[in-house]
Amino acid sequence: MSVLELRSISKVYGRGAAEVQALRDISLSVPAGVMIAVMGPSGSGKSSLLTIAGTLEDPTSGAVLINGQDVERMSNGAKARVRRRTIGYVFQDFNLLPGLTAAENVSLPLELDGMSARRAHLAGLKALEELGLGDRARHFPDQLSGGERQRVAIARAVVGERSLLLADEPSGALDSTNGESVMRLIHTYCKRGTAAVVVTHDAQLASWADRVVFLRDGRIVDQTMPPAGPESLLEQSS
Amino acid sequence: MSVRHALLALLSAGPKYGLQLREEFEARTGEVWPLNVGQVYTTLQRLERDGLVETTSGDTGPVEHDAPGAPQKAYRITPAGSAELDQWLRVPPDLSSPPRDELVMKVLVAITVPGTDVHEVIQAHRTYLVQLMQEWTRLKEDSGGSDLAFSLVVDAELFRLDSVVRWLDAADGRLRRARADGWTPARTAQATMPALARRRRIGARQQ
Repeated sequence: MSVLELRSISKVYGRGAAEVQALRDISLSVPAGVMIAVMGPSGSGKSSLLTIAGTLEDPTSGAVLINGQDVERMSNGAKARVRRRTIGYVFQDFNLLPGLTAAENVSLPLELDGMSARRAHLAGLKALEELGLGDRARHFPDQLSGGERQRVAIARAVVGERSLLLADEPSGALDSTNGESVMRLIHTYCKRGTAAVVVTHDAQLASWADRVVFLRDGRIVDQTMPPAGPESLLEQSS
Repeated sequence: MSVRHALLALLSAGPKYGLQLREEFEARTGEVWPLNVGQVYTTLQRLERDGLVETTSGDTGPVEHDAPGAPQKAYRITPAGSAELDQWLRVPPDLSSPPRDELVMKVLVAITVPGTDVHEVIQAHRTYLVQLMQEWTRLKEDSGGSDLAFSLVVDAELFRLDSVVRWLDAADGRLRRARADGWTPARTAQATMPALARRRRIGARQQ
């Protein structure tokens, strides 16, 4: 069973002359442990795909299944629980709350989900330590570098064993070294069993994925084959 | 890549045998550029001819002799060789004229061939390039960044392929805008190839 499954998703914004077809008949299946990158220029439908996959928006037609559950049939309460417990979001501009410390930013989703403040705080600290940010726990976002802020955002997205990570240009605002460590992190979580969808226009970022899907005018126009064994390049050149 | 200067660089650390040079060359370039022994010895002979290296006979001192069956000759860099190496490191390679890029040619041709969807052509190349980049990234990931030379080579390759993908993205966007503005392949031919058009007219007249 896939963690995320999109079945023939279409999305139309507006009506009549102002109608815009953002997504057309998109089907995509993301099993546990797999990272998929969605590449396309701006206006290709990448962000719509991510907000629909994240249950933040409903498709005009088609079905979204999360761990086999049809989102359309869920109550609003159940949908909110899926958003808090199952899905982690990472955004280009980090979206950290400026008035909260790094640890508070990370533990907030757990507290909102009903966990005691103390347990949530400990879980938050653990997540930060795993990302090498243990000594930054008490810092506020504006006391952190861009790379550190994005790692805090990733800690917040994965805290509490979430099974689906959705990222929108997660290293877009970072230099190439920090961008690489962010992608390395997301990939590490995938290897531990998280499913991830990363939308981006950046090929270097996309190349971390197990599969790259190309979006154009709301349609999937092509995708890469699963990458060959790492030895193949070196064999070619010898 | 200059094998000549790479060998001078390796010799700048001390005298070495041919086989040893080959092994070290491959190790220092992340084993991405294989080098055959023949190439090593031909290059060494030319370097010797130009006075940039000299052979040492017997008194090779600390040379490691770990290659069985290797010729007994070790090579040492000369002061002229050191000067040449220093000069080479500082002079930028000539990148002034654009290379005759086959991919650029394919896209330029695709625009003019009737019935060809240039965006499909562009996508086919984009998919191939991103797939290659995935393989390099996988290699980088597997090495865990422990081999510095290898990481640098992989970075260079990823940036090179990335620049080609970006060009394809830019070409894709530019062609879409041009079409929206009423551009047609026929108009390009007239606008950018007047000399060719004239030549064709002359050819037709002579027949």
